[in-house]
Amino acid sequence: MPGSPLKRPIRVLVAKPGLDGHDRGAKVVAAALRDAGMEVIYTGLHQTPEMIAQAAIQEDVDVVGLSILSGAHLTLFPRVKQLLVEAGRDDVLVTGGGIIPPEDIDALRKQGIGRLFGPGTPTAELVKYIEEWAAEHVSA
Amino acid sequence: MSVERILEGLARREPAALARAITLVENQRDGFERVLSHAHGLLGRSGARRIGITGPPGAGKSTLTEALIQRFRAQGLSVGVVAVDPTSPFTGGALLGDRIRMESVSLDPQVFIRSMATRGAHGGLATTTEEVADLLEAFGFQRIIVETVGVGQTELDIARTAETTVLVLVPESGDGIQTLKAGVMEIADLYVVNKSDRAGADKLRQEVEVMLGIRRGNAFRHVAPHHAQPTRSDRRTGGSQQSDSWEPPVLATVASTGAGVDELAAALDRHHAYLEASGQLGERRRRRLADRTRAVLERGVRRWLVEATRAEELLRQRLDEVADGLRSPYDVAAEILDQVKTGVVK
Repeated sequence: MPGSPLKRPIRVLVAKPGLDGHDRGAKVVAAALRDAGMEVIYTGLHQTPEMIAQAAIQEDVDVVGLSILSGAHLTLFPRVKQLLVEAGRDDVLVTGGGIIPPEDIDALRKQGIGRLFGPGTPTAELVKYIEEWAAEHVSA
Repeated sequence: MSVERILEGLARREPAALARAITLVENQRDGFERVLSHAHGLLGRSGARRIGITGPPGAGKSTLTEALIQRFRAQGLSVGVVAVDPTSPFTGGALLGDRIRMESVSLDPQVFIRSMATRGAHGGLATTTEEVADLLEAFGFQRIIVETVGVGQTELDIARTAETTVLVLVPESGDGIQTLKAGVMEIADLYVVNKSDRAGADKLRQEVEVMLGIRRGNAFRHVAPHHAQPTRSDRRTGGSQQSDSWEPPVLATVASTGAGVDELAAALDRHHAYLEASGQLGERRRRRLADRTRAVLERGVRRWLVEATRAEELLRQRLDEVADGLRSPYDVAAEILDQVKTGVVK
Protein backbone atom coordinates (compact mmCIF):
# COMPACT_ATOMS: atom_id res chain seq x y z
CA MET A 1 0.00 0.00 0.00
CA PRO A 2 1.14 3.53 -0.53
CA GLY A 3 2.76 5.13 2.40
CA SER A 4 3.01 2.67 5.20
CA PRO A 5 6.03 0.48 4.58
CA LEU A 6 4.40 -2.46 2.89
CA LYS A 7 5.13 -5.81 4.32
CA ARG A 8 7.01 -7.18 1.38
CA PRO A 9 6.78 -10.81 0.34
CA ILE A 10 9.64 -13.15 1.19
CA ARG A 11 11.57 -13.99 -1.98
CA VAL A 12 12.72 -17.57 -2.42
CA LEU A 13 14.71 -19.22 -5.19
CA VAL A 14 13.77 -22.85 -5.71
CA ALA A 15 16.29 -24.76 -7.76
CA LYS A 16 17.33 -28.28 -8.58
CA PRO A 17 21.06 -28.64 -8.89
CA GLY A 18 22.78 -31.70 -10.24
CA LEU A 19 21.86 -34.39 -12.62
CA ASP A 20 18.79 -36.16 -11.34
CA GLY A 21 15.60 -35.34 -13.18
CA HIS A 22 13.06 -35.65 -10.42
CA ASP A 23 11.53 -32.23 -9.97
CA ARG A 24 8.11 -33.11 -8.57
CA GLY A 25 9.27 -32.31 -5.04
CA ALA A 26 10.72 -28.96 -6.05
CA LYS A 27 7.50 -28.07 -7.82
CA VAL A 28 5.36 -29.05 -4.84
CA VAL A 29 7.54 -26.91 -2.59
CA ALA A 30 7.47 -23.98 -5.03
CA ALA A 31 3.67 -24.10 -5.18
CA ALA A 32 3.36 -24.37 -1.39
CA LEU A 33 5.60 -21.35 -0.82
CA ARG A 34 3.69 -19.38 -3.44
CA ASP A 35 0.43 -20.26 -1.74
CA ALA A 36 1.93 -19.06 1.53
CA GLY A 37 2.30 -15.62 -0.04
CA MET A 38 5.96 -15.80 -1.04
CA GLU A 39 7.50 -14.80 -4.33
CA VAL A 40 9.09 -17.93 -5.70
CA ILE A 41 11.62 -17.83 -8.48
CA TYR A 42 11.68 -21.28 -9.98
CA THR A 43 14.70 -22.11 -12.11
CA GLY A 44 14.07 -25.72 -12.95
CA LEU A 45 16.28 -28.74 -13.45
CA HIS A 46 20.00 -29.34 -13.90
CA GLN A 47 21.29 -26.11 -12.42
CA THR A 48 24.95 -25.69 -11.58
CA PRO A 49 25.84 -24.02 -8.27
CA GLU A 50 27.16 -21.07 -10.29
CA MET A 51 23.83 -20.65 -12.07
CA ILE A 52 21.96 -20.87 -8.78
CA ALA A 53 24.18 -18.32 -7.04
CA GLN A 54 24.01 -15.94 -10.01
CA ALA A 55 20.21 -16.15 -10.09
CA ALA A 56 19.96 -15.70 -6.31
CA ILE A 57 22.10 -12.56 -6.48
CA GLN A 58 20.27 -11.00 -9.43
CA GLU A 59 16.88 -11.81 -7.94
CA ASP A 60 17.98 -10.56 -4.52
CA VAL A 61 16.29 -13.43 -2.75
CA ASP A 62 16.15 -13.99 0.99
CA VAL A 63 16.19 -17.77 0.77
CA VAL A 64 17.62 -20.38 -1.58
CA GLY A 65 15.87 -23.75 -1.46
CA LEU A 66 17.61 -26.66 -3.15
CA SER A 67 16.13 -30.04 -3.91
CA ILE A 68 18.77 -32.72 -4.19
CA LEU A 69 18.02 -36.39 -4.74
CA SER A 70 21.26 -37.35 -6.40
CA GLY A 71 23.40 -37.87 -3.32
CA ALA A 72 25.66 -34.94 -4.16
CA HIS A 73 24.32 -32.81 -1.32
CA LEU A 74 27.64 -32.64 0.56
CA THR A 75 29.17 -30.92 -2.46
CA LEU A 76 26.28 -28.87 -3.80
CA PHE A 77 24.91 -27.16 -0.68
CA PRO A 78 28.29 -25.85 0.55
CA ARG A 79 29.29 -24.77 -2.97
CA VAL A 80 26.16 -22.63 -3.40
CA LYS A 81 26.65 -21.18 0.07
CA GLN A 82 30.31 -20.42 -0.68
CA LEU A 83 29.49 -18.65 -3.96
CA LEU A 84 26.89 -16.51 -2.19
CA VAL A 85 29.33 -15.59 0.56
CA GLU A 86 31.95 -14.68 -2.03
CA ALA A 87 29.44 -12.34 -3.65
CA GLY A 88 28.82 -10.66 -0.30
CA ARG A 89 25.51 -12.39 0.28
CA ASP A 90 26.25 -14.32 3.46
CA ASP A 91 22.81 -13.21 4.66
CA VAL A 92 20.95 -15.57 2.32
CA LEU A 93 19.48 -18.69 3.94
CA VAL A 94 20.45 -21.84 2.05
CA THR A 95 18.03 -24.61 2.88
CA GLY A 96 16.40 -27.47 1.05
CA GLY A 97 15.56 -31.10 1.03
CA GLY A 98 15.94 -34.49 -0.54
CA ILE A 99 17.33 -37.84 0.41
CA ILE A 100 19.90 -36.78 2.96
CA PRO A 101 21.18 -38.98 5.83
CA PRO A 102 20.97 -37.41 9.32
CA GLU A 103 24.74 -37.36 9.80
CA ASP A 104 25.12 -35.40 6.56
CA ILE A 105 22.48 -32.95 7.74
CA ASP A 106 24.57 -32.33 10.84
CA ALA A 107 27.71 -31.88 8.78
CA LEU A 108 25.98 -29.40 6.48
CA ARG A 109 24.47 -27.54 9.42
CA LYS A 110 28.01 -26.96 10.69
CA GLN A 111 28.86 -25.39 7.33
CA GLY A 112 26.14 -22.80 7.64
CA ILE A 113 23.36 -24.59 5.79
CA GLY A 114 19.86 -24.22 7.21
CA ARG A 115 17.40 -26.95 8.04
CA LEU A 116 17.05 -29.76 5.52
CA PHE A 117 13.81 -31.62 5.01
CA GLY A 118 13.31 -35.23 4.05
CA PRO A 119 10.62 -36.88 1.97
CA GLY A 120 7.13 -36.71 3.39
CA THR A 121 7.63 -33.46 5.26
CA PRO A 122 4.32 -31.56 5.36
CA THR A 123 4.79 -28.38 3.33
CA ALA A 124 3.38 -26.37 6.23
CA GLU A 125 6.51 -27.24 8.17
CA LEU A 126 8.90 -25.63 5.71
CA VAL A 127 6.61 -22.64 5.23
CA LYS A 128 6.73 -22.14 8.99
CA TYR A 129 10.50 -22.57 9.08
CA ILE A 130 11.07 -19.97 6.35
CA GLU A 131 8.56 -17.54 7.84
CA GLU A 132 10.16 -17.77 11.26
CA TRP A 133 13.63 -17.43 9.84
CA ALA A 134 12.57 -14.37 7.81
CA ALA A 135 10.86 -12.75 10.78
CA GLU A 136 14.15 -12.92 12.62
CA HIS A 137 16.66 -12.19 9.87
CA VAL A 138 15.02 -10.17 7.11
CA SER A 139 14.77 -6.45 7.67
CA ALA A 140 11.56 -4.93 6.34
CA MET B 1 22.56 -2.64 2.63
CA SER B 2 22.30 1.11 3.20
CA VAL B 3 21.46 3.57 0.44
CA GLU B 4 25.04 4.88 0.57
CA ARG B 5 26.40 1.39 0.23
CA ILE B 6 24.07 0.74 -2.73
CA LEU B 7 25.16 3.92 -4.50
CA GLU B 8 28.82 3.03 -3.94
CA GLY B 9 28.21 -0.48 -5.22
CA LEU B 10 26.44 0.85 -8.29
CA ALA B 11 29.37 3.15 -9.01
CA ARG B 12 31.64 0.11 -8.85
CA ARG B 13 29.19 -1.79 -11.07
CA GLU B 14 28.56 -4.59 -8.58
CA PRO B 15 25.64 -6.80 -9.68
CA ALA B 16 24.68 -7.43 -6.04
CA ALA B 17 24.27 -3.67 -5.52
CA LEU B 18 22.11 -3.43 -8.63
CA ALA B 19 19.95 -6.27 -7.31
CA ARG B 20 19.65 -4.48 -3.99
CA ALA B 21 18.77 -1.20 -5.68
CA ILE B 22 15.99 -2.93 -7.60
CA THR B 23 14.60 -4.37 -4.37
CA LEU B 24 14.72 -0.93 -2.77
CA VAL B 25 12.74 0.54 -5.66
CA GLU B 26 10.32 -2.36 -5.83
CA ASN B 27 9.50 -2.00 -2.14
CA GLN B 28 9.71 1.81 -2.15
CA ARG B 29 11.92 1.83 0.88
CA ASP B 30 13.52 4.98 2.27
CA GLY B 31 15.98 6.47 -0.14
CA PHE B 32 14.63 4.78 -3.25
CA GLU B 33 13.92 8.08 -4.95
CA ARG B 34 17.46 9.20 -4.26
CA VAL B 35 18.81 6.12 -6.01
CA LEU B 36 16.43 6.69 -8.94
CA SER B 37 17.28 10.34 -9.19
CA HIS B 38 20.94 9.41 -9.35
CA ALA B 39 20.23 6.75 -11.97
CA HIS B 40 18.25 9.21 -14.04
CA GLY B 41 21.35 11.32 -14.50
CA LEU B 42 23.09 8.35 -16.11
CA LEU B 43 20.42 7.53 -18.69
CA GLY B 44 20.92 7.89 -22.40
CA ARG B 45 24.68 7.46 -22.36
CA SER B 46 25.13 3.97 -23.70
CA GLY B 47 22.64 4.26 -26.55
CA ALA B 48 20.38 1.89 -24.67
CA ARG B 49 17.13 0.77 -26.23
CA ARG B 50 14.09 -0.63 -24.49
CA ILE B 51 11.99 -3.38 -25.94
CA GLY B 52 8.68 -4.48 -24.46
CA ILE B 53 7.52 -8.01 -25.16
CA THR B 54 3.97 -8.94 -24.36
CA GLY B 55 1.43 -11.56 -25.36
CA PRO B 56 -0.83 -14.26 -23.94
CA PRO B 57 0.50 -16.89 -21.51
CA GLY B 58 2.36 -19.66 -23.26
CA ALA B 59 3.02 -17.68 -26.44
CA GLY B 60 6.75 -18.19 -26.02
CA LYS B 61 7.71 -14.73 -24.80
CA SER B 62 10.47 -15.96 -22.52
CA THR B 63 11.90 -18.28 -25.15
CA LEU B 64 11.83 -15.45 -27.66
CA THR B 65 13.48 -13.21 -25.10
CA GLU B 66 16.25 -15.75 -24.68
CA ALA B 67 16.72 -15.92 -28.44
CA LEU B 68 16.92 -12.13 -28.61
CA ILE B 69 19.42 -12.03 -25.75
CA GLN B 70 21.63 -14.51 -27.62
CA ARG B 71 21.32 -12.40 -30.73
CA PHE B 72 22.24 -9.18 -28.91
CA ARG B 73 25.12 -10.87 -27.15
CA ALA B 74 26.46 -12.05 -30.50
CA GLN B 75 26.54 -8.38 -31.47
CA GLY B 76 28.49 -7.63 -28.31
CA LEU B 77 25.61 -5.84 -26.61
CA SER B 78 24.91 -6.28 -22.91
CA VAL B 79 21.32 -7.08 -21.96
CA GLY B 80 19.14 -6.39 -18.93
CA VAL B 81 15.80 -8.16 -18.59
CA VAL B 82 12.79 -7.45 -16.40
CA ALA B 83 10.36 -10.36 -16.49
CA VAL B 84 6.98 -9.63 -14.91
CA ASP B 85 4.64 -12.40 -13.81
CA PRO B 86 1.34 -12.10 -11.98
CA THR B 87 0.87 -12.12 -8.22
CA SER B 88 -1.98 -14.21 -6.87
CA PRO B 89 -4.78 -11.88 -5.82
CA PHE B 90 -5.70 -14.37 -3.10
CA THR B 91 -2.45 -15.22 -1.37
CA GLY B 92 -0.14 -12.42 -2.51
CA GLY B 93 2.32 -15.07 -3.60
CA ALA B 94 3.77 -15.52 -7.05
CA LEU B 95 5.62 -18.12 -9.05
CA LEU B 96 8.16 -16.47 -11.27
CA GLY B 97 9.33 -18.97 -13.86
CA ASP B 98 10.65 -16.95 -16.76
CA ARG B 99 14.27 -17.71 -15.93
CA ILE B 100 13.76 -21.36 -16.83
CA ARG B 101 13.60 -20.38 -20.49
CA MET B 102 16.65 -18.18 -20.29
CA GLU B 103 19.04 -20.78 -18.97
CA SER B 104 21.56 -20.56 -21.80
CA VAL B 105 22.41 -16.98 -20.90
CA SER B 106 22.13 -17.26 -17.14
CA LEU B 107 25.87 -17.36 -16.51
CA ASP B 108 26.80 -14.54 -18.84
CA PRO B 109 28.02 -11.60 -16.72
CA GLN B 110 26.80 -9.22 -19.44
CA VAL B 111 23.24 -10.42 -18.90
CA PHE B 112 21.15 -9.49 -15.87
CA ILE B 113 17.72 -11.01 -15.44
CA ARG B 114 15.28 -9.89 -12.79
CA SER B 115 11.86 -11.40 -12.16
CA MET B 116 9.12 -9.18 -10.79
CA ALA B 117 5.70 -10.01 -9.46
CA THR B 118 2.81 -7.66 -10.20
CA ARG B 119 1.93 -7.41 -6.49
CA GLY B 120 -1.48 -5.96 -7.21
CA ALA B 121 -0.10 -2.46 -7.43
CA HIS B 122 -2.65 0.31 -7.90
CA GLY B 123 -1.71 1.02 -11.47
CA GLY B 124 1.72 1.94 -10.20
CA LEU B 125 3.33 -1.17 -11.57
CA ALA B 126 4.16 0.37 -14.92
CA THR B 127 6.03 3.13 -13.12
CA THR B 128 7.95 0.70 -10.94
CA THR B 129 8.85 -1.47 -13.93
CA GLU B 130 10.08 1.56 -15.82
CA GLU B 131 12.12 2.59 -12.81
CA VAL B 132 13.71 -0.86 -12.64
CA ALA B 133 14.49 -0.54 -16.36
CA ASP B 134 16.10 2.83 -15.55
CA LEU B 135 18.36 1.15 -13.01
CA LEU B 136 19.39 -1.44 -15.59
CA GLU B 137 20.11 1.24 -18.16
CA ALA B 138 22.02 3.40 -15.70
CA PHE B 139 24.09 0.35 -14.80
CA GLY B 140 25.18 0.27 -18.44
CA PHE B 141 23.06 -2.38 -20.12
CA GLN B 142 22.60 -1.56 -23.78
CA ARG B 143 19.43 -3.47 -24.48
CA ILE B 144 16.64 -3.63 -21.94
CA ILE B 145 13.89 -6.17 -22.47
CA VAL B 146 10.70 -5.90 -20.44
CA GLU B 147 8.66 -9.07 -20.69
CA THR B 148 5.10 -9.19 -19.40
CA VAL B 149 1.99 -11.29 -19.75
CA GLY B 150 -0.30 -9.25 -21.95
CA VAL B 151 -3.67 -9.91 -20.44
CA GLY B 152 -4.77 -6.61 -19.03
CA GLN B 153 -4.48 -2.87 -19.05
CA THR B 154 -1.63 -2.81 -16.56
CA GLU B 155 0.45 -5.13 -18.67
CA LEU B 156 -0.21 -2.98 -21.70
CA ASP B 157 0.94 0.05 -19.76
CA ILE B 158 4.13 -1.73 -18.84
CA ALA B 159 4.82 -2.75 -22.40
CA ARG B 160 4.23 0.79 -23.56
CA THR B 161 7.01 2.17 -21.41
CA ALA B 162 9.39 0.60 -23.93
CA GLU B 163 10.38 2.36 -27.13
CA THR B 164 9.38 -0.64 -29.19
CA THR B 165 6.57 -2.97 -28.21
CA VAL B 166 6.42 -6.50 -29.58
CA LEU B 167 3.22 -8.52 -29.37
CA VAL B 168 3.76 -12.27 -29.53
CA LEU B 169 0.90 -14.44 -30.74
CA VAL B 170 0.65 -18.14 -31.47
CA PRO B 171 -1.60 -20.05 -33.85
CA GLU B 172 -3.60 -21.11 -30.80
CA SER B 173 -4.24 -17.47 -29.87
CA GLY B 174 -7.58 -17.54 -31.63
CA ASP B 175 -9.19 -16.72 -34.90
CA GLY B 176 -9.56 -13.53 -36.85
CA ILE B 177 -12.17 -12.12 -34.54
CA GLN B 178 -9.70 -12.12 -31.64
CA THR B 179 -7.39 -10.03 -33.75
CA LEU B 180 -10.15 -7.49 -34.28
CA LYS B 181 -10.69 -6.97 -30.59
CA ALA B 182 -9.47 -3.76 -29.08
CA GLY B 183 -6.64 -3.36 -26.67
CA VAL B 184 -3.72 -5.63 -26.93
CA MET B 185 -3.78 -5.73 -30.70
CA GLU B 186 -3.55 -1.99 -31.01
CA ILE B 187 -0.45 -1.25 -29.07
CA ALA B 188 2.29 -3.15 -30.82
CA ASP B 189 4.97 -1.80 -33.13
CA LEU B 190 5.86 -5.32 -34.21
CA TYR B 191 3.70 -8.44 -34.37
CA VAL B 192 5.22 -11.86 -34.06
CA VAL B 193 3.47 -15.11 -34.82
CA ASN B 194 5.60 -17.51 -32.80
CA LYS B 195 5.53 -21.30 -33.09
CA SER B 196 4.99 -20.58 -36.74
CA ASP B 197 5.80 -24.16 -37.67
CA ARG B 198 2.42 -25.13 -36.32
CA ALA B 199 -0.78 -25.44 -38.24
CA GLY B 200 -2.72 -22.22 -38.59
CA ALA B 201 0.29 -19.92 -38.35
CA ASP B 202 0.05 -18.58 -41.88
CA LYS B 203 -3.65 -17.99 -41.48
CA LEU B 204 -3.17 -16.08 -38.25
CA ARG B 205 -0.42 -14.03 -39.78
CA GLN B 206 -2.67 -13.18 -42.68
CA GLU B 207 -5.53 -12.29 -40.38
CA VAL B 208 -3.35 -10.00 -38.31
CA GLU B 209 -2.18 -8.30 -41.48
CA VAL B 210 -5.75 -7.84 -42.63
CA MET B 211 -6.73 -6.49 -39.23
CA LEU B 212 -3.88 -3.99 -39.33
CA GLY B 213 -4.97 -3.08 -42.85
CA ILE B 214 -8.55 -2.53 -41.76
CA ARG B 215 -7.37 -0.18 -39.07
CA ARG B 216 -5.42 1.77 -41.62
CA GLY B 217 -8.29 1.65 -44.05
CA ASN B 218 -6.43 -0.19 -46.77
CA ALA B 219 -7.21 -3.79 -46.05
CA PHE B 220 -7.26 -4.82 -49.66
CA ARG B 221 -4.18 -3.03 -50.78
CA HIS B 222 -2.29 -6.25 -51.18
CA VAL B 223 -5.00 -8.00 -53.09
CA ALA B 224 -3.94 -7.80 -56.67
CA PRO B 225 -6.44 -6.81 -59.31
CA HIS B 226 -7.47 -9.72 -61.49
CA HIS B 227 -5.07 -10.55 -64.29
CA ALA B 228 -2.57 -8.08 -63.04
CA GLN B 229 0.86 -8.76 -61.69
CA PRO B 230 0.57 -9.77 -58.05
CA THR B 231 1.91 -7.01 -55.86
CA ARG B 232 3.47 -7.97 -52.66
CA SER B 233 4.91 -4.84 -51.23
CA ASP B 234 7.72 -4.48 -48.79
CA ARG B 235 5.31 -4.02 -45.97
CA ARG B 236 6.38 -7.21 -44.33
CA THR B 237 9.89 -5.97 -44.05
CA GLY B 238 8.64 -3.49 -41.54
CA GLY B 239 7.56 -0.04 -42.48
CA SER B 240 8.11 1.50 -45.82
CA GLN B 241 10.77 4.10 -46.21
CA GLN B 242 8.76 6.45 -48.36
CA SER B 243 5.82 6.85 -46.01
CA ASP B 244 6.37 8.66 -42.75
CA SER B 245 4.08 6.41 -40.74
CA TRP B 246 5.15 3.07 -39.35
CA GLU B 247 3.34 0.04 -40.64
CA PRO B 248 3.77 -2.70 -38.05
CA PRO B 249 5.21 -5.78 -39.69
CA VAL B 250 3.86 -9.24 -38.90
CA LEU B 251 6.79 -11.61 -38.48
CA ALA B 252 6.96 -15.37 -38.12
CA THR B 253 9.29 -17.02 -35.63
CA VAL B 254 10.00 -20.37 -34.04
CA ALA B 255 11.71 -19.13 -30.91
CA SER B 256 12.79 -22.58 -29.77
CA THR B 257 14.86 -23.11 -32.93
CA GLY B 258 15.78 -19.49 -33.49
CA ALA B 259 14.01 -19.34 -36.84
CA GLY B 260 12.97 -15.79 -37.72
CA VAL B 261 14.85 -14.22 -34.82
CA ASP B 262 17.33 -12.48 -37.11
CA GLU B 263 14.42 -10.92 -38.97
CA LEU B 264 12.88 -9.85 -35.66
CA ALA B 265 16.14 -8.24 -34.56
CA ALA B 266 16.38 -6.48 -37.91
CA ALA B 267 12.80 -5.22 -37.58
CA LEU B 268 13.62 -3.89 -34.10
CA ASP B 269 16.52 -1.97 -35.60
CA ARG B 270 14.32 -0.62 -38.36
CA HIS B 271 11.70 0.51 -35.89
CA HIS B 272 14.30 2.30 -33.85
CA ALA B 273 15.71 3.97 -36.95
CA TYR B 274 12.18 5.02 -37.87
CA LEU B 275 11.58 6.51 -34.42
CA GLU B 276 14.82 8.40 -34.68
CA ALA B 277 14.27 9.68 -38.22
CA SER B 278 10.69 10.73 -37.62
CA GLY B 279 11.51 12.58 -34.44
CA GLN B 280 9.20 10.30 -32.49
CA LEU B 281 11.96 9.05 -30.28
CA GLY B 282 12.33 12.48 -28.76
CA GLU B 283 8.58 12.99 -28.64
CA ARG B 284 7.93 9.69 -26.93
CA ARG B 285 10.72 10.40 -24.50
CA ARG B 286 9.22 13.76 -23.56
CA ARG B 287 5.82 12.17 -23.10
CA ARG B 288 7.27 9.43 -20.93
CA LEU B 289 9.14 11.95 -18.81
CA ALA B 290 5.96 13.96 -18.29
CA ASP B 291 4.06 10.78 -17.41
CA ARG B 292 6.80 9.76 -15.04
CA THR B 293 6.86 13.09 -13.25
CA ARG B 294 3.09 12.94 -12.83
CA ALA B 295 3.27 9.36 -11.54
CA VAL B 296 5.98 10.21 -9.03
CA LEU B 297 4.00 13.24 -7.91
CA GLU B 298 0.84 11.15 -7.50
CA ARG B 299 2.74 8.52 -5.57
CA GLY B 300 4.17 11.22 -3.33
CA VAL B 301 0.77 12.77 -2.73
CA ARG B 302 -0.74 9.40 -1.87
CA ARG B 303 2.09 8.71 0.51
CA TRP B 304 1.73 12.10 2.11
CA LEU B 305 -2.01 11.62 2.40
CA VAL B 306 -1.48 8.44 4.37
CA GLU B 307 1.58 9.40 6.38
CA ALA B 308 1.30 13.11 7.07
CA THR B 309 -2.43 13.63 7.27
CA ARG B 310 -5.06 11.93 9.37
CA ALA B 311 -7.12 11.01 6.33
CA GLU B 312 -7.10 7.29 7.12
CA GLU B 313 -8.05 7.89 10.72
CA LEU B 314 -10.91 10.14 9.67
CA LEU B 315 -12.10 7.49 7.25
CA ARG B 316 -12.15 4.92 10.04
CA GLN B 317 -14.21 7.26 12.20
CA ARG B 318 -16.77 7.82 9.46
CA LEU B 319 -16.91 4.29 8.15
CA ASP B 320 -19.75 3.22 10.45
CA GLU B 321 -21.92 6.04 9.16
CA VAL B 322 -21.16 5.05 5.57
CA ALA B 323 -21.83 1.39 6.30
CA ASP B 324 -25.13 2.26 7.94
CA GLY B 325 -26.16 4.24 4.91
CA LEU B 326 -26.22 7.57 6.74
CA ARG B 327 -23.61 9.10 4.46
CA SER B 328 -22.18 8.26 1.09
CA PRO B 329 -18.50 7.59 0.33
CA TYR B 330 -18.60 10.78 -1.73
CA ASP B 331 -19.70 12.95 1.19
CA VAL B 332 -17.02 11.53 3.42
CA ALA B 333 -14.29 11.83 0.78
CA ALA B 334 -15.29 15.45 0.16
CA GLU B 335 -15.21 16.15 3.88
CA ILE B 336 -11.76 14.61 4.28
CA LEU B 337 -10.45 16.46 1.24
CA ASP B 338 -11.80 19.75 2.57
CA GLN B 339 -10.11 19.20 5.88
CA VAL B 340 -6.83 18.17 4.29
CA LYS B 341 -6.92 21.28 2.08
CA THR B 342 -7.63 23.64 4.93
CA GLY B 343 -5.01 21.96 7.04
CA VAL B 344 -7.38 20.77 9.75
CA VAL B 345 -6.23 17.16 9.54
CA LYS B 346 -2.65 18.04 8.78
